[in-house]
Amino acid sequence: MPKLSEDASVSPTEFIKAYRVMLLARVLEEKLASLYRAGLIKGGVFLGRGQEALSVSVGLQLRKGDIFAPLIRDQAGRMAFGDTVLDTLRTYLGSHLGPMRGRDGNIHRGRPREGYYAMISHLGAMIPAVAGGLLARRLKGESGMLGATCIGDGGTSTGAFHEGLNAAAVEKLPLIVVVANNQYAYSTPNTRQFACQDLVDKAAGYGVQGYSIDGTDLETCLKTLKTAARAARDGGGPQLVVGTLLRLVGHGEHDDAAYVDPNLKCSNVGRDCVLLAEQRIVSEKWAKAEEVAGWRREAEEEVNSTADRVRREPGPDPADDDWMAFSQPEFADLYCIR
Amino acid sequence: MSITYLEAIRLAQEKALNEDPRVFLYGQDVGNFGGAFKATKNLAKEFPGRVIDSPLSEDAIVGMAVGAAIEGMRPIVEMQFADFSTCGFNQIVNHAATLFYRTGVPCPIVVRLPSGGSLGGGPFHSQSMEALYAHYPGLVVMTPATVEDAYSMLLEAIAIDDPVIFCEHKFLYYHLKADALPESTLPVGKARLARAGRDATIVTHGAMLHESLAAAEDLATDGYELEVVDLRTVKPLDTDTVLASVARTGRLLCVSEEWPWGGVSAEVVARVTSEGFGLLDAPPVRLNAKDTPVPYHPELWSVHRPTASAVADAARRLLHI
Repeated sequence: MPKLSEDASVSPTEFIKAYRVMLLARVLEEKLASLYRAGLIKGGVFLGRGQEALSVSVGLQLRKGDIFAPLIRDQAGRMAFGDTVLDTLRTYLGSHLGPMRGRDGNIHRGRPREGYYAMISHLGAMIPAVAGGLLARRLKGESGMLGATCIGDGGTSTGAFHEGLNAAAVEKLPLIVVVANNQYAYSTPNTRQFACQDLVDKAAGYGVQGYSIDGTDLETCLKTLKTAARAARDGGGPQLVVGTLLRLVGHGEHDDAAYVDPNLKCSNVGRDCVLLAEQRIVSEKWAKAEEVAGWRREAEEEVNSTADRVRREPGPDPADDDWMAFSQPEFADLYCIR
Repeated sequence: MSITYLEAIRLAQEKALNEDPRVFLYGQDVGNFGGAFKATKNLAKEFPGRVIDSPLSEDAIVGMAVGAAIEGMRPIVEMQFADFSTCGFNQIVNHAATLFYRTGVPCPIVVRLPSGGSLGGGPFHSQSMEALYAHYPGLVVMTPATVEDAYSMLLEAIAIDDPVIFCEHKFLYYHLKADALPESTLPVGKARLARAGRDATIVTHGAMLHESLAAAEDLATDGYELEVVDLRTVKPLDTDTVLASVARTGRLLCVSEEWPWGGVSAEVVARVTSEGFGLLDAPPVRLNAKDTPVPYHPELWSVHRPTASAVADAARRLLHI
């Protein structure tokens, strides 16, 4: 574990800013869960409860012009990078007006032209994609940019994870790969996922800098990601950050997660990062409890009013879709598209 | 001057690198070594920093191309052999091919697949993958059969804003030659009438074009005139040109180096029977490779894939002679 930079300290203002993004993500996800239970969501709902501190800390390091490919439990990181309550709800509720226009749903959303890549479900696949985006920027003569992508403990077992991180390391690209070790890949525990002591042990094998941190502690996450971001931007090559935490929900809202070891839930790993951050803010007297409650109300108002609005929006009309997979329709097969 | 099919591919990449700063090459051994088949020979020297050696990672190669394409570049990636593209399959069919439909952002990548059988290639260096890729929405699949097409179609592939799978045939690399590079070409998606005839139509692509033309020569000595259609791209597939030919001849033979279950020949037969059943004077015939892995030994391989004599035999069956 490298020493965190001296100036990676976190001011109360930064802490609160991060917390409020986490809170908004949490409130939004609570809304998604209730919309799911009400049968209003088309398809599954996959939440990042318990992973907000790590996720937001990635998103906050990125600037306009950087590249971010979040994964399924990164609502907080997405919002820190500029995703909105509106785009999230539009995608989950299948609004025609959302960025994915009903063609893809839930967490498979992005705005690639803005550096916000839309994940595919195949784990590890976004690592080489972000690496390629960074390579392209370098070929265009740009410097100082940063790319980041997130993955879970399960995703580290894929070939794409290995190939992508290795290729990025060979090119010494300014990439951060954040692993949220949330203890379970769907129902598969760490013991059936990998045999190394800590997933950060893999960093040495790729010749990249590794960091292993408590993923429930916002300050640690912010400091670490700040250090990693600086190192990557300054030419230090890929950085692998492993945050240890617990997924506080099922794999999706359809999953009651009965397989989760109850001991983990009461251990430090199972702490709720949002609650911890809130307690810190109040105990440090950075804000009063009532003020924090007000932030939550604000978040709830934004989420509820946006959900009401999106629920009134039209879904995609099959008659309006052009059913065209090519940007240049002249190359479509006429027999197939008739 | 005599230009080989392989040199045409190299020259097309050189021209694209020269003319378009967005183009770069990424793949195994493509840099100073010049590629396993030398399709990128000297390009690294000529275009410093733009012809990049990758690790042995087909998934990462295609994945990086997708990311670079999102950022506005035009990557050309080489899979050392088409067979190894299975290791990059996910990025091709699930990432590159879906990107535009999902996000509205085009994915202008070219995946070069040195395809098909050649002497001694064996099970893992001989495959024809075009039908697999053609099955997925969002991919253009090219199968150039001539030196001229290898050159002009690769240039077009690079210019297209959508992902293109470029199935260049290894069997044609060295011995197929042309006197000059083409000035003009047929549009993408247009099949070419490689030989005019009246008695039966052979629809084919890639290296099988040359086996089919040789078979047509053979039958000509018996007084039968076979029409030969070179599909050029298998997706889009030029149904109109095929149907027009069948309308003239009334008989259809589809010849393909692919395995027999499904594939381009099956697609052609399906289209002709559903759209042009009344044009047919006889049931269509398909001739494919045998339904086994591609064997290594030349004696086995020469029977595994359709050859000119097998095509001629099939044509005679179709003509009842």
